[in-house]
Amino acid sequence: MPESRLEQVATPTHRIEAGPPLVEVRGVKKYFPLQSGFLASLFNRGEQPAVRAVDGVDFEIRRGEVFGLAGESGSGKSTVGRLVLNLLEPTEGKVFFDGMDLSQLSPDEMRRLRSRMQIIFQDPLASLNPRMTIGQAIAHPLEIHEPNLSEGQRRKRVLEMLEAVGMNPPTNYADKYPHQISGGQRQRIVIARALVTRPELIVADEPIAMADVSVRSALLDLMMRLKDEFDLTYLFITHDLATAKYVCDRIAIMYLGRIVEVGPLKSVYGSPAHPYTQALLDAVPVPDPKHRRTQPMPRGEIPSPIDPPSGCRFHPRCPIAQMGLCDVEDPQLMQVPESDNHLAACLLRAGPRAMGQQTPPS
Amino acid sequence: MATSSDILYSVRNLTVEYETRHGVVKGVDDVSLDIRRGEILGLVGESGSGKSTLGKAMMRLRNGSARITSGELWFDGQNLMELSERQMRDLRGSRLGMVFQDPMTSLNPVQRIVEHLTETMLTHEPEWTEEEARARAEELVERLGIRRERVKDYPHQMSGGMRQRVMIALALALNCDLVIADEPTTSLDVIVEAKFLDLLKELRDEFNLTILLITHNIGVVAEVADRVAVMYAAKLVEIGDVNQVFEKPLHPYTEGLLKSVPNIELDSGALYKMEGSPPDLSSPPPGCRFHPRCPYMMEEVCPIYDPPFAPPEGASEDTRVACWLHHPHPQKVAIGA
Repeated sequence: MPESRLEQVATPTHRIEAGPPLVEVRGVKKYFPLQSGFLASLFNRGEQPAVRAVDGVDFEIRRGEVFGLAGESGSGKSTVGRLVLNLLEPTEGKVFFDGMDLSQLSPDEMRRLRSRMQIIFQDPLASLNPRMTIGQAIAHPLEIHEPNLSEGQRRKRVLEMLEAVGMNPPTNYADKYPHQISGGQRQRIVIARALVTRPELIVADEPIAMADVSVRSALLDLMMRLKDEFDLTYLFITHDLATAKYVCDRIAIMYLGRIVEVGPLKSVYGSPAHPYTQALLDAVPVPDPKHRRTQPMPRGEIPSPIDPPSGCRFHPRCPIAQMGLCDVEDPQLMQVPESDNHLAACLLRAGPRAMGQQTPPS
Repeated sequence: MATSSDILYSVRNLTVEYETRHGVVKGVDDVSLDIRRGEILGLVGESGSGKSTLGKAMMRLRNGSARITSGELWFDGQNLMELSERQMRDLRGSRLGMVFQDPMTSLNPVQRIVEHLTETMLTHEPEWTEEEARARAEELVERLGIRRERVKDYPHQMSGGMRQRVMIALALALNCDLVIADEPTTSLDVIVEAKFLDLLKELRDEFNLTILLITHNIGVVAEVADRVAVMYAAKLVEIGDVNQVFEKPLHPYTEGLLKSVPNIELDSGALYKMEGSPPDLSSPPPGCRFHPRCPYMMEEVCPIYDPPFAPPEGASEDTRVACWLHHPHPQKVAIGA
């Protein structure tokens, strides 16, 4: 098996352009074994059934980049986020952060590394301890990662962070509790807490999904401002392709534990190659009553990740699937014709077959 | 213009109050609204705007401690406020249907889909036989794109999209006139959502349904609604034809909302950023409730006087807006009078 699908096709150009990536994900799989009964385990000595949440994923995130990871529920996108942070251990494959193999680090080394990577979750209320003041919540990571700071120094850092996330004047907020502020403000606090240790990587898992429409754009704007101010790299996990459009440099589309398409946002949105990406983009409701959808929606629903379809996982729902090919051969990420760094896992739209169709034999 | 016979449901000066620790809060504050026969009316608002409370009140369903304290609800010529709880119960399920965000909480987990459907039918149409009801249930479920044999499934065996279709089937089981759908697609993925919205439009035509679609998703409204009503801080701020409202919103809140929604089809760079956040309803701002966030706020009127919800000067009855930019100012009225 080749070491990496991405490397074969596109990585060299990435590397030349932007130096070593901050995050590299190589052949990562995460299976969650299914609970089986005692009798079943006695009689069924074969392979234990498992949910294949992530089933062979490769990508990399360059420093300073906003890398989007999009897909429907159950696609595995959140699991990938946790694997990147080593909050979950991969069943197979490796994750590298700044060149370091996370699986090789000692618990102590991993703990030190944690200050360089942080996560922001969807629900700020669930992320904040209701009995901690906002100031205490933001100071908490500092107590762990920078224990030598004095009380005064910590307080100063907390107030600086509050100001950076637009909670002004900071002294008004530091002693309040999470329930005393609005939902949008709570998410600002979660962001402040994530940034207080000056991390390099932020995994943002649906960071604005709970926020109301009228405060969403302010939160996105804040995240992008902080990215510049703190030299951040984002892994932006979302189901909302419309929002992703406003923030991501590159985007990967996931389906049933696999990346089916990845590339520069403009290229993926402008000329999606994978039929699933096309359907997904077309299904996004557009705030314009005159707009009409153009693609037929895929048949049926997402199959179970316990026993994914053979060949291309999308073939049972795909409008262009060719039987005898798509249900047999498992497509890898391959170059999309006439594109730059744009890969798709579709036997008909990317790789040698697609290239062959595009250019007449010489 | 709509005549009175075109109107299926009329809400008149409805106020719904809740008891909270901070005293009585008006979740719906003096709201009037007409729903026309055969239309899909989109009701949009952010969380806490009162849109769900309004939807439940229209069925006379209680939402927690919420209580209707004043107003009238006219459904097909009948004042629902005068009906007994028993009469109301007959109406719900037979002529008024409801679809909620999370169908799992609306369906009985230990009852098969077919039992849900036949029970509803037999309760309201006792002269039907079990077989008739069952046949109709299978027919309906199939019409909604679920395989006939899956009526034997329990709710947990179905996907979210299927469960939502079962909810619609329940509403259609008795040919109901009005379906109030509260965030019906919010828990669905976009592809399932798109299919569900297509189905909703088809069913409206086929079954002559009238639908009140309550949602926070502006894109969903644009996709299916004929008219749109916008709610902010327990009040309606604008209502009108969907094309008109999206093209030329009259209320600054509607305008801000539309500009801050990400649009996948547009090439524009940045999103519009609305200032502040919605007010706390236990102490709403005086005058126009949007004035603290409004870029067009007029110091001498907006923070003082509550704007009327009425057609703008010179416009038809079909459009209504609650904003002083479109109504004569109170001082001028006083001088003229």
